[in-house]
Amino acid sequence: MIDLSLLPDGGMAWLEASGPGSHLVVSTRVRLARNLDRHRFITRTDPAEREAILAEVEAAASDTGGLGRAVRFRIDRLELVDRQLLHERHLVSRELAAPETGSRVRPGAGLLVQDRASVMVNEEDHLRLQALRSGFALEATWGQVATLDTELGQRLAFAFHPEFGYLTSCPTNVGTGLRASVLVHLPGLVLTKEINKILQGLTQVGLTFRGLYGEGSEVVGNLFQLSNQTTLGQTERELLDHLGKLVRQVMEYEERARQILLRDATAILEDKVWRAFGLLRYARTLSFEETMNLLSGVRLGVGLGLIPNVGMYTLNKLLVFTQPAHLAAAQGRGLADEEVPVRRAAYVRQMLEAEVGRRGSSADLPPTQG
Amino acid sequence: MKCNACGEREGVVSLTQIVEGDVRTVSLCAQCAAEKGIETGLGLSETPLGGFLAALGESADPDAPLSAALEAGCPSCGATLRDFRETGRVGCAECYRAFDAPLRELLRRLHGSTHHTGMRYTGTDLPRATATPDGGARELRDQLRRAIESEQFELAAELRDRLRERE
Repeated sequence: MIDLSLLPDGGMAWLEASGPGSHLVVSTRVRLARNLDRHRFITRTDPAEREAILAEVEAAASDTGGLGRAVRFRIDRLELVDRQLLHERHLVSRELAAPETGSRVRPGAGLLVQDRASVMVNEEDHLRLQALRSGFALEATWGQVATLDTELGQRLAFAFHPEFGYLTSCPTNVGTGLRASVLVHLPGLVLTKEINKILQGLTQVGLTFRGLYGEGSEVVGNLFQLSNQTTLGQTERELLDHLGKLVRQVMEYEERARQILLRDATAILEDKVWRAFGLLRYARTLSFEETMNLLSGVRLGVGLGLIPNVGMYTLNKLLVFTQPAHLAAAQGRGLADEEVPVRRAAYVRQMLEAEVGRRGSSADLPPTQG
Repeated sequence: MKCNACGEREGVVSLTQIVEGDVRTVSLCAQCAAEKGIETGLGLSETPLGGFLAALGESADPDAPLSAALEAGCPSCGATLRDFRETGRVGCAECYRAFDAPLRELLRRLHGSTHHTGMRYTGTDLPRATATPDGGARELRDQLRRAIESEQFELAAELRDRLRERE
């Protein structure tokens, strides 16, 4: 197995729950798609050309502040479980990691990671620069990617068209090549059945929503990834401001929905979040989907102050560490399919027990009221 | 992912539903989706890109030399519009010039604009790696380090010799 301790924070600073609005927003990601002018785009490349691309990017990156000390991964030389691990940790996309059993990883696929920034090489585009931070942090995340883009652009000739802007393999990314996304937890809007209206509204004003793992992934645990739909015709600043404004609005709607639930359905809400906590604390088998839904309930309870002594950081970590490759890594061996739900439940119990032990024994008891 | 209805065929369309306050996403195969009256179109014709790609192969005028246009290759990478229709991916930067008209139309449909107003790329302002004063020794050293890391010792020996010649 790969040694993720090479990464100072395991590549998981985005789970810290330290960023702004962490009670509603898990993380913020900004990525830029870039291609090298002198190379064919990815569908036309052969392995030799992708090797050359990887070598050029690595050489250029070694000279930058943003990636000079980067940990490098040859994704194409990693075992399946290691690729899954990186994918579960949100460090590489599905396209690059090829995390399904039997799927082929593209020769030349590479990853460079330093702090909260990384570059995927030979993904759908030659370079996918990205930064990922905890909480609602569009400015800081964008700043980090923009700096990296400048540094790399001084050393690598990017494909740029005077009218269309940055050129990409898929025309949906042409122009700025920018996709900013905010992973936000919206159980209040789901419970009050407002969510469909809001999502429909967002798609009408140029936003799109996806699940926890981006394009093509399902919405689980009431976690929605909101991002800009178009990349051309607006400046980076306009795209970010527009997204930021709408995310803030969605956060306000979510807060309002939670207050309504708290006011009008106190007993039902309390029952729901404590049941979720109880199941996570004591269940002996847990599917991934069930875990995500229960974590959503507990997260809501913690966010509303109904469940004390459980940290958002622990809940965020559980999002990642209850996934199959992480459970296997924790055991130091591969797990049979039927073992996974058992190991998952054991892991969740252990984490919550430690959390309660660390923060005080009252976590098991609801605050006394009335 | 298998179809959630029949559990046999591969799902081709995913539906996000809200049931009693829980958001669920289900995957359906084309057959089960059709039975439930859900238009899949294999997810293509509903999106601007999919609709555009599908329309690339159709022509109102049977005499139009469209198939010839579909087969004309980009002078730089050889990719054709037919390739683009099949993959949805452009072959190289030059393709955007070679197929200016259809791609311009597509960009307009996708983004509502063809005019980039964001940051302008000003080109590299540092000497390229191959033009470095040390004649590429730095790149060779990098290749050598990578060869050693990946245990390609024959390649490493060759690179070491080339470095020695240069230094």
